Amino acid sequence: MTIAIPTRPGRSAVSDVVRRLPEYLTIWVPLLLSAAHLIAFSLWTIWISFTPSTLVPVSGWVGLRNYSSVAASRNWQIALDNLLLFGIAFVLLSLATGLILAILLDQRIRGENLLRSIFLYPLAVSFVVTGTVWSWLLNPGLGVQKLVRDLGWTSFRFDWLIDRDMAIWTIVIAAIWQSSGFAMALFLAGLRSVDADLIKAAQIDGAGPIRMYRRVILPTLWPITITVIVIQLQFAISTFDLVRALTNGGPGIATQLPALVVYDLMFQRSLLGRGAAAAVLMLLILLAVLLPYAGWRYVQRRRAIHA
Amino acid sequence: MREKNFAPSRILIYLVVSLIAAAWLAPLVVVVLNSLRTNEEIAQASMIGWPKQWAWSNYAAAWSGFCVAETCAGIRPYMLNSALVTIPATIFSTLLGAVAGYAVSLWRFRGDSWIYGIVTLGLFLPQQMRLLPWTIVLRDTGLMNTLTGLVVIHTIQGLSFTVLFCRNYYTAIPQDLIRAARIDGAGFFRIFWRIILPLSPPILVVTVIWQFTHIWNEFLYGVTFTTGQQQPVTAALIALSAAVADIPQHGVQSAAVMIAALPTLLIYLIGGKYFVRGLTAGAVK
Repeated sequence: MTIAIPTRPGRSAVSDVVRRLPEYLTIWVPLLLSAAHLIAFSLWTIWISFTPSTLVPVSGWVGLRNYSSVAASRNWQIALDNLLLFGIAFVLLSLATGLILAILLDQRIRGENLLRSIFLYPLAVSFVVTGTVWSWLLNPGLGVQKLVRDLGWTSFRFDWLIDRDMAIWTIVIAAIWQSSGFAMALFLAGLRSVDADLIKAAQIDGAGPIRMYRRVILPTLWPITITVIVIQLQFAISTFDLVRALTNGGPGIATQLPALVVYDLMFQRSLLGRGAAAAVLMLLILLAVLLPYAGWRYVQRRRAIHA
Repeated sequence: MREKNFAPSRILIYLVVSLIAAAWLAPLVVVVLNSLRTNEEIAQASMIGWPKQWAWSNYAAAWSGFCVAETCAGIRPYMLNSALVTIPATIFSTLLGAVAGYAVSLWRFRGDSWIYGIVTLGLFLPQQMRLLPWTIVLRDTGLMNTLTGLVVIHTIQGLSFTVLFCRNYYTAIPQDLIRAARIDGAGFFRIFWRIILPLSPPILVVTVIWQFTHIWNEFLYGVTFTTGQQQPVTAALIALSAAVADIPQHGVQSAAVMIAALPTLLIYLIGGKYFVRGLTAGAVK
């Protein structure tokens, strides 16, 4: 709702606009810059994806050719397979870890604040740093494998980092370590906001702790669970830094992910048209997650209003 | 309640939680210890171990000694770059976000909810969709490979978060307060300065911490739009790992990693509560 303030008598509309110019500029310039860059840049990238651009953007129309060559490339196919595996494994495992941590912290234990800080600190550190550290820990010649072998168990093997089939799991491990705390924080907030009367009623009915969680408390957490899933999926789809620092897509192209393919096409192979097409495909994957979520949120909100 | 603390199930809970906490701390402990071991010691043993002699000199070497690519000035210049990008971009995006958040939540004007909706799309739009346009814009404005270019990018892109944070916070301020002030003849800036800003410290702390952490930790733009001496520290760390791949210096590298992580870790230690608030505020968008 806009509040109409009558202009003071004796001032023309023009001088009023001039007087209020600093205000208009302050309101509109940042908002317009932000909004315009989001829309214009998206359209620009979409447009480039339909042109034959290579080293520099050129005009022209090649239809879906960039898309078909990206989709047909081995790099992209491996990236999609990896994204599927990484997305599912990472989301499910970080969800489970976060929920377990939240339930444990909810048992009125001492040092809760300290523990919460410990589970959340990875989020404050850059993926470049954590990826580098995990690349050392998981490096068979340097990290855990070397340590265990030096301790005498000489046949011990933990070389996923250099194993084509298992390397993607090193990214799952590092990602779970980095962002389970986030799921924990949201779940903990959810657990703390469960209706006390509900719990009391269940206690009177004689529900034990396990039954209480399964039947009474966890069912109230599912809206939070969906939010966590969507945010973690969004993170998985755009994962770049972590992989760049941990495996750099290797060994070979075994841990390729869409964001790395985009970067490779745009800035290493100078195939701008195809790079833009890959970026648009990334956006489409993201929309496939976000649009149903937005629809669900809309329905929820409508229900809350009508209830 | 007291005897309950000694029940076996309580002990089990503490045990499990402590084990997981230890696992979560392990990577940090390993890097801190390695940053104090000599390169030779790590090469002979593994990355995981207690220092035989405390190699404090690793930090001096990491800060200003060792070589990234062709220059041997340590990571000091890159830390400086990161600071010169992060601090201005954090201040600009927070201030602009506070004013814009106030405008869309309390001042209200035609089209406010539309433009707010578009601005918050920036929370979801992948960075990859903006890489080529930014490249072209930076090149055409002569800002490619400059810290100013990164400040501009992070300020504009940060607005999506700062406007969201501030707007959600300001909607709790009663509209009548603003209406009364306007009837008294107070204008846009006066109301912001006299009424909104004094109420803002809690949200400004959340926003500043969030923006600082994100911009400091950002990698993709840093590595795409700057090279060599202009790179922020995240990009320089990757360049460093590549540069020393043949003759690893894990002690010095660990010290470099610690130095690069220190600013955001310190902020987390001091203002963790506010950091988490930002984290969850972004989640309920």
